Amino acid sequence: MDLRRPNRPVIGPKVRQVGFVTPDSAAATSSSSIPAVSAAAATSAGSPPSSLSPVMIPPPRHPSTEMSNPHFHPVGSYNPSEQILGSPPALSPSRSSRFDADGSDFGGDDDESVALSGVGGGMTPKSSLLMRQPVTKTAPLVSETRKRDSNVSKGKGEGPSAAPKEKLTKAERRATQEAQRAAKAAAKEAAAAGGAPSVSKQPKPATKPATQQKKDVPSGSGPLQPLAPSGSIEKKQGKKEVAAPHPRMQFDDMTKVGKLKKRAVVNQSEARNRVELFRHLPQYEHGTQLPDLESKFFQLDLIHPSVYQVGLQFLSDKISGGNARCIAMLLAFKEVIQDYTTPPEKTLTRDLGAKVGSCVSFLIECRPLSVSMGNAIRFLKNRISSLPHNLSDKEAKSRLQSDIDRFINEKIIIASKAIVEHGVSKIRDGDVLLTYGSPSVVESIFAYAHGIKKNFRVVVVDSRPKHEGQGLLRRLVERGIHCTYTHLNAVSYVMHEVTRVFLGASSVLSNGTVYSRVGTACVAMVAHAFRVPVLVCCEAYKFHERVQLDSICSNELGDPDAISKVSGWKDLNYLDGWAQNENIQLLNLKYDATPSDYVSVLVTEQGMLPPTSVPVIIREYGIERLWT
Amino acid sequence: MPDVSDFILKLQRRRIEGSHATARQTAELLRSVVSQTRMPYTNQAAALLDAVRAVGEQLIAANPVELAVGNIVRRVLHIIREEDLSSSAVSFEGLMISEKSDDEDDADHKGGPVLSAAAVAAAARSTLRPRSLQTLLEDGPLPAAPSKSSSAGDSEGKSKSDKSAVGKRLKHSVIEAINLLIEEIDDCYEDISEQAVEHIHQNEVILTLGRSKTVKEFLYAAKQKNRSFRVFVAEGAPRYQGHVLAKELIQKGLETTVITDSAIFAMISRVNMVIVGAHAIMANGGVIAPVGMNMLALAAQRHAVPFVVVAGSHKLCPLYPHNPEVLLNELKSPSDLIDFGEFSDCMDFGAHGGAPLMHVVNPTFDYVPPNLVSLFITDTGGHNAAHMYKLIADYYSADDLVIKRKSTSSN
Repeated sequence: MDLRRPNRPVIGPKVRQVGFVTPDSAAATSSSSIPAVSAAAATSAGSPPSSLSPVMIPPPRHPSTEMSNPHFHPVGSYNPSEQILGSPPALSPSRSSRFDADGSDFGGDDDESVALSGVGGGMTPKSSLLMRQPVTKTAPLVSETRKRDSNVSKGKGEGPSAAPKEKLTKAERRATQEAQRAAKAAAKEAAAAGGAPSVSKQPKPATKPATQQKKDVPSGSGPLQPLAPSGSIEKKQGKKEVAAPHPRMQFDDMTKVGKLKKRAVVNQSEARNRVELFRHLPQYEHGTQLPDLESKFFQLDLIHPSVYQVGLQFLSDKISGGNARCIAMLLAFKEVIQDYTTPPEKTLTRDLGAKVGSCVSFLIECRPLSVSMGNAIRFLKNRISSLPHNLSDKEAKSRLQSDIDRFINEKIIIASKAIVEHGVSKIRDGDVLLTYGSPSVVESIFAYAHGIKKNFRVVVVDSRPKHEGQGLLRRLVERGIHCTYTHLNAVSYVMHEVTRVFLGASSVLSNGTVYSRVGTACVAMVAHAFRVPVLVCCEAYKFHERVQLDSICSNELGDPDAISKVSGWKDLNYLDGWAQNENIQLLNLKYDATPSDYVSVLVTEQGMLPPTSVPVIIREYGIERLWT
Repeated sequence: MPDVSDFILKLQRRRIEGSHATARQTAELLRSVVSQTRMPYTNQAAALLDAVRAVGEQLIAANPVELAVGNIVRRVLHIIREEDLSSSAVSFEGLMISEKSDDEDDADHKGGPVLSAAAVAAAARSTLRPRSLQTLLEDGPLPAAPSKSSSAGDSEGKSKSDKSAVGKRLKHSVIEAINLLIEEIDDCYEDISEQAVEHIHQNEVILTLGRSKTVKEFLYAAKQKNRSFRVFVAEGAPRYQGHVLAKELIQKGLETTVITDSAIFAMISRVNMVIVGAHAIMANGGVIAPVGMNMLALAAQRHAVPFVVVAGSHKLCPLYPHNPEVLLNELKSPSDLIDFGEFSDCMDFGAHGGAPLMHVVNPTFDYVPPNLVSLFITDTGGHNAAHMYKLIADYYSADDLVIKRKSTSSN
């Protein structure tokens, strides 16, 4: 995912590149040059395609070694990084000293291999190098080679004893772990292939030390999951940023739904007449949860009252809108943290994390989380888990609370101010600006633009069933802004006079799709058809690495009864009692996905970008911004 | 005529809504106009045309947006012209020798003195049509220009002025033809829905917007042929007639899902076909349809979903649209959208120089350009948008496109 991030000062990612990149080259080189020996390489050769994908080419770091032989480019790039790895600044003195001895040994090894590779890949190596040659070259098997190296040296009786094996640096451990994975894959591969005897023999020494390490190093789950970086914080980060986004709960999976129901606090009865297409989304009878929850108020000692309150507000739609919900949730969590005391024989980091987790699952039951909330929760959990252990409860709590305040302030409030400044620059005198629904950021852009005496008019487009635009209309008119109000169907009628379209977003996904209030896509489409620029205003904390092409795979369903009743049309009661007829379903979608080609520009606090730059923002800025 | 003023009042007050009802009542009114017209001895067809035109002009002015009125007026005018020519053809048989009018060359061209009534009727019909490739191919070089037809009618009237029986016959046949027109308007649903099975197959997902009787009958017909399919009904703000349609559909056992208009874009990727009704079909193939249709058509185009318009032939309008979003539109009361009571405090006229800060736009119609329409299904079959002008030429004569008495007097 983030293979092309060369300039990070942290060690972790660099190493990760090595591990991820080299299998191909190793397969290519070693299998061609030393077919007889490199069994491990041969096994690894089967798994990835032998052609280097452009993504996998690591950035050059030590040109001197690489330039000499382009064919061994990966090998060269691997070696220096290994050397860099040998002297990490963060290491404790005791470790580093030990590592120095160890590392120099390896360093020598590497140099040797580089020299060898410089001589020529097609050459058959000498017998003394026979073991080392494939070893140093096969990059995913770095640690394997190391192990084997030590094994070999043990057999030769010349190398260091078993002592360094036990006290490995984190980097080494990680490498080991990776080797273990590679070995596993190799074993699988071998099993599948029928396995030549040499093949089955080779990986074994690698797996053995790896299993020793298992206790202190959590093993990665998938074979494709790249290695964890060295520090504990970094490890978390690395996993978060590298791993594909966690698959969402699919509500057509009966076993999972059953499990969920057992855990559930809120009693939710399944809606009748569920829409077949949306079986994977939760479809509950609306209106039943609230009284149920209210009656349970005194039984739920697990849930903090402030979270409970926020949950009820979500459920009854008292609080809606990405920013408002996120802020409400974070403030509730702040109170949870305030009232929290670590139970005896538990650590704050673990217990508080679990507690926040249970609060979150309660909130999810009330209403599925928005992406912004999900990101905020990730932030909070990350902060909790990265707290130093030696902090007292009070310190930890105050630190977390200030973290939450900082998040709200920086990511939401200051960010929207920055967006307002960017957005206002696109409003000229005489403009007719169209907006849909009631996006808070867009509203403040209009207010600010009006405040600096820009002369413009606003078209507020609204739709059923929530009619959020009416609130916006009222607030804008009270400020003295000229407004035109209409419904969504008439958008192509009003689009003739519009010069800019300002939209809000619930989230912007990695492929540039804007996930927003249902109807936004329609407005953007019509604006696109009328050649009117569409500006989507969104804080960068709402960006998400997920991708989505349509609005069906992931969405949220609202109350179907809201469709059958039309406010202001009392005689429109044709759909009363619809639940009795199994032929009819009412579908109240809450979000839709606007394709990125309808969006002219994204206005974020980072500036104004094309929607194609979202992954760049997520990669380059997202992690540093969100997790520190 | 009390009938006429009554009807005009109804049109002005928008008491009659829906192009079907309007078309039918217009035809009935014109029938009574024709029957009440006193026939002069000379120039009977012209008298009829004038009478119909006079009424028609008022009707169109009463509700210019209801294009069906104009369509029916033009249809009736066309009928009068046609009947006049065919009745004159009948009179040919008796008056062959006295025939000295400029229609003669037409008859000569058809080949000699032995003329059957049908042949002359065909020739007469072809004079009513504007020149087109088809008529040119059918009839060879036709000397009679389309503008000639009215003068032909005049001359016919002169030539047989002595025969009052012919005049009676003309009036009678015109009324007969109008009756046929009314029948056609009533039957258009059946004719259209007969074609449903050709377009709807098993397990199809169909999206429609608002409520159209034609669409309803179309879906019913497919259901009756035991096709099982699913219908998404967008409710169609601001009148939410989609609810009515949904209710009607579930009564026939169709699987129906009601969606909000805002979910159109989200859902259209799973839809196989969009079937909608129309308010009027213009000569260029553009469609005047209930508001929201343009959005739906754009979404359908984006996802390459066929956008099918079903409409009776009385909705075919021979006019070309110019700025139809504004000129062929009607703004309804804001009370459909917002509650006056709720926003009364925003309607402060005094604060900002007498102009209110708030406007509410509630248009009735949308214009769907022809390139967004995949297919038209009328009672004469399926047609391409580009073919519409030809279809329209079959129903209307070129002289009647502008219904103004000034223009006729100058003729």
